Amino acid sequence: MPEPKADILAKRETIARDLAAIVPGEGVVAGADGLRPFETDGLTAYRQAPMLAVLPETVEQVSQVLRYCHENGIRVVPRGSGTSLSGGALPLADSVLLVMSKFNEVLDIDYDNRVAVVQPGVTNLGVTNAVSRQGFYYAPDPSSQIACSIGGNVAENSGGVHCLKYGLTANNVLGIEMVLITGEVIRIGGKHLDSEGYDLLGLMTGSEGLLGVVTEVTVRILRAPETARAALIGFPTSEDAGQCVADIIGAGIIPGGMEMMDKPAIHAAEDFVHAGYPRDVEALLIVELDGPEREVSALFTRVEEIAVAAGATTFRLSANETERQLFWAGRKAAFPAVGRISPDYYCMDGTIPRKALPEVLRRTRALSKVYGLRVANVFHAGDGNLHPLILYDANKPDELERAEAFGADILKLCVEVGGVLTGEHGVGVEKRDLMPTMFSKDDLAQQERVKCAFDPDHLLNPGKMFPELHRCAELGRMHVHKGKVAFPDLPRF
Amino acid sequence: METTLKPVDADGVLDAVRWAAAEEIPLDVFGHGSKRGVGRPVQAEYGLDLSGLYGITLYEPEELVLSAKAGTPVADIEALLSEHNQMLAFEPMDFGPLFGAMRGRGTLGGMLAANASGPRRLKAGAARDHVLGIRAVSGRGEAFKSGGRVVKNVTGYDLSKGLAGSWGTLAVVTEATFKVLPRPEASATLVVAGLDDETAVAALSKAMGTPFDVSGAAHLPDNLVAEVPDAAFASGGRAATLIRLEGIPPSVDYRAEKLTALVGRLGEVSVVEDAQSEAVWRAVRDASAFGSSVQPVWRVSVAPRAGPTIIAALKDSGPLRHFYDWSGGLVWIEVGSDVADGLELAIRAAVAASGGGHATLVRGSPTLRASVPPFEPQPTALAALAKRLKAQFDPRGILNPGRMVAGV
Repeated sequence: MPEPKADILAKRETIARDLAAIVPGEGVVAGADGLRPFETDGLTAYRQAPMLAVLPETVEQVSQVLRYCHENGIRVVPRGSGTSLSGGALPLADSVLLVMSKFNEVLDIDYDNRVAVVQPGVTNLGVTNAVSRQGFYYAPDPSSQIACSIGGNVAENSGGVHCLKYGLTANNVLGIEMVLITGEVIRIGGKHLDSEGYDLLGLMTGSEGLLGVVTEVTVRILRAPETARAALIGFPTSEDAGQCVADIIGAGIIPGGMEMMDKPAIHAAEDFVHAGYPRDVEALLIVELDGPEREVSALFTRVEEIAVAAGATTFRLSANETERQLFWAGRKAAFPAVGRISPDYYCMDGTIPRKALPEVLRRTRALSKVYGLRVANVFHAGDGNLHPLILYDANKPDELERAEAFGADILKLCVEVGGVLTGEHGVGVEKRDLMPTMFSKDDLAQQERVKCAFDPDHLLNPGKMFPELHRCAELGRMHVHKGKVAFPDLPRF
Repeated sequence: METTLKPVDADGVLDAVRWAAAEEIPLDVFGHGSKRGVGRPVQAEYGLDLSGLYGITLYEPEELVLSAKAGTPVADIEALLSEHNQMLAFEPMDFGPLFGAMRGRGTLGGMLAANASGPRRLKAGAARDHVLGIRAVSGRGEAFKSGGRVVKNVTGYDLSKGLAGSWGTLAVVTEATFKVLPRPEASATLVVAGLDDETAVAALSKAMGTPFDVSGAAHLPDNLVAEVPDAAFASGGRAATLIRLEGIPPSVDYRAEKLTALVGRLGEVSVVEDAQSEAVWRAVRDASAFGSSVQPVWRVSVAPRAGPTIIAALKDSGPLRHFYDWSGGLVWIEVGSDVADGLELAIRAAVAASGGGHATLVRGSPTLRASVPPFEPQPTALAALAKRLKAQFDPRGILNPGRMVAGV
């Protein structure tokens, strides 16, 4: 992480007083006990208390806090609910942690235009809860949806199990209000479908709190389908399951959800939730189709034929809503279920081309032997997002280090087969140093230049996403050779 | 008359831009030039023609992914996808008809640069929602890539989206990868006859709020419907309100039945299918109803229910023709021949009063496009940010200078 600024730490008391003038009452947390809950996020292996935490309640306060920090060269780490799995909200020792949890109101529900305007601290599930009585819902559903905030979802471009059909956060957010590090408040997009000018919304979504602080979000809400049913389909090999996924999509069917689990994950989930998963299979698919009943039943007939042809040994269709929920309960509890069979686990998040799944699973098993650590795999099979869960015991010497090295090897493998380092958990501090395996120096420099357009002093969430921090002046320098003879080979007309 | 450089590969583009950056020579960047009439006229000594970057470099139907070089015609890509019963689900507009030019022109690079979309925008998004990765050359003369070939990817900033809708002003895309989707097996369009704008858009909004998965929602008023013969035939020449359903046949039939019951008391409902349905939506997508004139055309994006308020606000501005797509959220307006250029202010004031959105002058004479900002002017802080972003990609301002905003 960037070296803490000694001059800032020395002024801690003054800064706390100045910020308390902006956010009165209990808006500034300075005591060690009060700061403890903010030391870490969902990536619990990393801990660091911030210099101070601020909990603003109004956009004006956010603006003033950022302006103050900008003028005084103070680093700021934004935080929503603190569920990031990549250390996105991990504080820096000399930072002001900007906690957005008091921005928790649903501002406007507009069924005519099928949008909801919410404050960023509203939870993901809170949006759906606010509109479900009218039969609507908000589509992206990350596993942490009970706790994670919409602002955090924008920062991380969160996904969930329904992405293939319904898209990620980026495809379901129409507008934001945000505050720049200078304190300037800008609005991008709104209730209309496409935002004007450069796609700053696209750049902001997934920017991990490095570009600005979101203070309001306009999301699309969708009318819930009439029916949703799920099938549990067991296979003797993960190759067969992978083939079935390819064949379903090849047949023109886009399921609402399509999840795969390997044997260790199936057993852990079944022991925990008793969802009725078959234990004697190597791979289990959960396929969910949604729409009118007659569409769902017609398509499940086709899916069953495809599954049988691909070698499925079990096929069980949910008989009712309770059973569908139970099928999902096992998958959604896969992480805690794995937590029961191991003192600690480390969750990875690569995405791969689907066809590479058998190879990646085979080589992951080989790595598992090399590192002497067990691994369970859950896989968003529809979109190729793989979550290997590496089991380890932090109390044993060097197991955490081995788990991290194992994880890094898996992610490099994902890149090698044509995939990416992170599908939905973000780069954060966790995968920062792996960025060069996927991007060249020039690729990264252009990304950093985007940062320079928003925050040239690197005050917002520094130390995340980029392996090295380059000064914007250095990045802006152009190395051109004036007067060089123009390329002779290019055809001219 | 500008000199045109026509590289045939990404290295050639890199050479050309590097040279232009070193010499500070502005480039007018284009593919087939099918959208050159959009935006402020670019004044550049040199043109950079990307149509030589041709070819589909990757297509894996079962992986739902396709990559092609920037100069590849969208029509070629759609033809290949069609052979495999797939499509670009965002239904990119073909700008040819609006400019009285041929259909089937337009390249993949241009499609991304314009963030093209179509009637399915309200369900499936635009080019920005389907682009997975790009290779490009920045105005600095550096090649870079972003994204990848997988749907779910949050590794680094999404520069692919950042370039969508940038009209070639940030970087020259040399290759792009898109998500593709299966084509629906069946498609049917309900045509409700004789509704006024307000009733029509209210009905579309109601249909969109059902679980019946509407994939197109448009309204053609009575003074325009004749330009779309298949719609006019179904509505008996009266205004036509269009609701499209796609999917497997039993599902389409069921949903058509349900929605007919919902809108049937508003007006007479007929159903068009297959080729007729496709022709109607192609006309909506391409605004081809305005193809026979040369009058200025505005494209207004607002909250869907606000669509009719824009037209109502313009009722004293002289004769114009219009229609709605995106359930009212996209209003296409053709300015009448005896209406002064000043309609810009009236339209933009109506957009602001409706709760926000933007208006783009999509078609207009070069003089008009040089005097009226074709793209919606932005508030100071936002405009300054956009300018800083441009400077980070293209510090010397050599790529399509001034195309979106004067002086940027």
